[in-house]
This record gives sequence, C-alpha cells and structure tokens, in this order.
Amino acid sequence: MTTETKTMRDVFIEEINSRMRKNAGIFFLCADFGSPKLDQLRKEFGSRFINVGIAEQNLINIATGLAIEGFTVYAYAIAPFLTMRAYEQIRINLAMYAQLKEINVNLVGVGAGLSYDVSGPTHHCFEDLSIMRTLPNLVVFSPSDWVLTRRFVDYSIKIKKPKYIRLDGKPLPAIYRNPENLRIENGFSRLRKGKKICLVSTGYMTHKAIKIAEKLAGDGIDAGIIDVFLLTSFDERSLLNAMKGYSHVITLEEGFINKGGLDSFISSILGKGDFGIKLHRVGFKDKYVFDLGSREYLHRLNNIDEDSVARLIKKIPQ
Amino acid sequence: MLKQKRNKLHKFLKNKADWLRKETLKIHKVSAETRLASSLSAVEIFTVLYYGDILRYDAKNTDWPGRDRFIISKGHGAVSLYPALADLGFFDSDELMKVCKAGSFLGSIPDPVVPGFETINGSLGHGLGVACGMCVALKLKKRKEKVFVLIGDGEMNEGSVWEAIMFAGQHKLDNLVLIIDRNKICMLDYCRKIIDLEPLREKFLVFKWNEKSVDGHNVAQLHAALSSIKNYRGKKPVALIADTIKGKGVSILENDSLSHVKSLKAEEVDALIN
Repeated sequence: MTTETKTMRDVFIEEINSRMRKNAGIFFLCADFGSPKLDQLRKEFGSRFINVGIAEQNLINIATGLAIEGFTVYAYAIAPFLTMRAYEQIRINLAMYAQLKEINVNLVGVGAGLSYDVSGPTHHCFEDLSIMRTLPNLVVFSPSDWVLTRRFVDYSIKIKKPKYIRLDGKPLPAIYRNPENLRIENGFSRLRKGKKICLVSTGYMTHKAIKIAEKLAGDGIDAGIIDVFLLTSFDERSLLNAMKGYSHVITLEEGFINKGGLDSFISSILGKGDFGIKLHRVGFKDKYVFDLGSREYLHRLNNIDEDSVARLIKKIPQ
Repeated sequence: MLKQKRNKLHKFLKNKADWLRKETLKIHKVSAETRLASSLSAVEIFTVLYYGDILRYDAKNTDWPGRDRFIISKGHGAVSLYPALADLGFFDSDELMKVCKAGSFLGSIPDPVVPGFETINGSLGHGLGVACGMCVALKLKKRKEKVFVLIGDGEMNEGSVWEAIMFAGQHKLDNLVLIIDRNKICMLDYCRKIIDLEPLREKFLVFKWNEKSVDGHNVAQLHAALSSIKNYRGKKPVALIADTIKGKGVSILENDSLSHVKSLKAEEVDALIN
C-alpha cells in the first residue's frame, strides 16, 4: 500500500478533465460545489461546464435534458444533498427514464458517511446507500480509494446508465496497487484471505477493516477482507462464493444499519441458501449524530471504531 | 399571410379543436379515470402546435434530431393530445378506445412508451428543468430546434419550476418556449385561494424572460403568438401565458373549483358529442 493520500474527487475530476479534451460529448455540472481540480476544469471547458447554483433538483433535471440529447453528464454535488434533496428527480428522470431509453448521467456525490464530521447531521450521509440501492436501473458505486475511483472513469463513460458515485471527502491512502487487475464489473475485491472471520466493508470502512485485520492478526485471529464497491446487482454468485467457507461475516459501513445499505445487500445474498454464515452488522444505529468531534472520535462514540469492532470479533467463539 | 388564407387556417384550426375536444370526450367515456377538465383546457394549444405548422415532427421517427422537442409537464392534462397524435400517424387510431385498458400503452398519464412523448410525466415540476438541459445541449450543438414545454399554472407551486425559470433566464435560453395553461384551478380549489400566482406576467419579466399573453382558446391568437415565437431569437426564454378555462366546452365542469377530479357519466358524454 502506498502512503500517498489523495482525495477521490480530485483524482476523478482530473481524469474527467483529461477525457473532456478528447471527448466533446462530456458535460460537467455542479450545484455550486467545488474542488481545486474543478477550478481547472471549469476554466478549460467554459461551454461544457455549468454551475447550476444551489439547486440540486434543477441539477438533476438539467443533467437529464443534456443526457437525452446525447451527452455523457457528470453532476457533482455534496452527497447528502445530491441524493436526498433531489431524490424524486433521480427516481423519475434517471431511474425510470433509463428503463425506456438510454441515458448516461453520473451523479458524483462527495461526503460519504462522516466525511464532513464536524458539520453536523445535515452533512453526514448515512442513508444514501440504501435509498439509491432501492432504485431500479441505477448503478451504485462506493469506492474505498482513489485508485478504484480513477478506474471507474472508463466504466462511467462506457456503461450508459444512470450511476451514483459515492466519494469520500477526505484524503485517503491507496488500497489498490495494481489497478490493471481491477475489474469494476466484478463489484468487489478480496483484499485478504482469512479463516472463519470475514470483514465485508465499503468505502472509508475498508481502510478500517484493514487496520482491524492487522490488529486481530496480533491476537492470532486471521480475518479475511472483502471490499465491496458496487452495491447494485452484479455477479452476486461470485461474492457469495467469496464469503462461503467463513462462519462469520462482519459488514462495516459508515451508514445506518438494518436499513437497506451494505448489510442488507450482504444479508440478501447470504439469505439465498443455508451457508452456515452468521452476519454481524457494524454501522450507525437508528439515530443521527449531533455530537461534535473528529471522525475517529465519532466512530468511538458509536462503537464502530477499530477497537470496538476488534472486541466484537474477539467475543465470537473461536 | 394573406387575410383570406389566414381566415381559412383559423377556420381549419377551430374545426380541428372542436374535433379534438369531442375525441377527448370519447376517450373519457372509455376510461373515466382520465382527467377530463385538465385535458380540455389545453385542446386549442395542442391543436395549434400540431396542426398550425408550429412544431416540426416526424410521426414515424420520433427520435428524429430535427424535431422540435415538446414536453408536456402537466401529466394528466395530456390525454387530449392522444387523438391528434393518432390522427397524425404517431400510432394507430384503434388504440384510442383502449386507453387505460390492459395491454394498452396509452395511460391516463403518458410516458415515453407513447410515441411522441419525450419524458416521464406525472409528478409535476420536472418538465421545465429537463427542457432547460435540452436547450443547453441544442445550443452547444448549434442546432435550430426549439424546446416547447406545457405546464399548468397550479404546477407553478413547485419550487423546481422556479429553479428552472431562474436558470433559463440566467442562461438566455431563447430556444425555450414555456406555455402556461393558465386554467386557474388546482385539484382542490382555485389557484388564487391556494397560492396566488399574480402578478404572473411581471414575475417572468423580472426573471429575465420575455412574455406574451393570449386567450388560450382563441386559435387565431395562439397561432399568431406561437408563429412569432417560433422564429424568435432574442437572448431570452419566452413564456406564453394562455388564459384558459378548466373543463372548457363542458358546462358542468367549467369554473367548478373541483373539476379536476370530476368525471362525466357515459350519457353525459353522449349528450355532448352527438
């Protein structure tokens, strides 16, 4: 693993910027939400960039109109506002429309989970995975690092469907070293093979899963890690096969549990047969977080920090 | 246009509108779930757009890039367009007597499964924003086609409509034509008693739009306004406020504040069309 940290959004936007030089069919929209790399893009592509203003509903509708006319569109905003303020626009103009006609709109949401830790519950994003997953015809992508995020650019252009791209807001180190071996359509990647215990995580929590597995290794527990990055239908059978052989699967997500997010996705896959696998769900319980403090502090308060999860796993009879 | 030729066209349009109104009633007889009053206020608007040489279209190739785009955002109010589309060859006229029946593609609210419809309709306040995106795309591609949108005045309660109005003014979308079917009645009451939109004309002007107002049941006025708008390029979007009567042509619906949810019995329809 390299120690170089990067924000997913800057890597993604930089890559889109370079594609826009070669591909006149790409349009970039934002709802008055920026990034250093976006400054470059909007300077370079004045006619194929519009800041629609603080108007997420219109962001989606403008994106729809452009996409109907054939553009590949990126609509960029803070994740909770993008997905929740404009949910019906996404439902009707993207998810429903895509069932009848081809449309390529990529919703790029920044601020997964607790990325905006000190901005309070309006800026936390715990519901997006479940509400986006519930929409048919929509691809939900939740990368754990910038390498995977960059890898998704080709896929986002090639696969002409509406997509929700859930990016973390903080600079994070790379997890993937050999991007050429990564296949987005697989939907997941096995990062570590273990025995009995398997951590199944998405986004930021995959970084935690790696640390938890290292911690457990010191205690003689060999935990596997699966990083799930597509949360809508793909080859679920191979994900099931990757989990078979473990007796305990622990899902880790910076989102509400028991509500339709990663845990529900895994649960529905495990529920397809009797595989003798017990599911443990780690994430936020059924309440918003008004407490202030760093991401790590808020994780500790909510028992989803490394130590708490390690403790939970150690209680599992070996 | 010569006066004589113009009079002939107006007579033709008037007859077409009368025919469309009757055909809409016949559909309502087949399917009482259709929202009749809302559909009747837009009859002359549809007639002039499709029979008055305003919209460019290809009935057999509805994705033809050279077509003018027409988005009917007032979902339930589009049923009165079905007979015109069938008449013009978009689909078979036999389909009209199957509206809302099992196996039919014609529902009480049309979606792009119906040839000639561009977007998913039904939830209000979506059409104008989508149209704005189309306008940006067409301008970027230097195409001359226009995007027409029909909304109801009650629909203007939706905040998303105003997001789009601000956007269109800001971006000088002079290839956008917004037609407001100003029938003045929402579902439960007169618009003015719920959210009074007046002064509506002035609202458009301060939002950097051009505005025209016409009697929405007068085909001559509608045709004159839409003909001039069609050829217009003036760095501003255009709103055409068509003053209409909800339930126009059916006296028991006209000016009834609850007309939106009222259906006619079969014998009431028969009395009107015979």
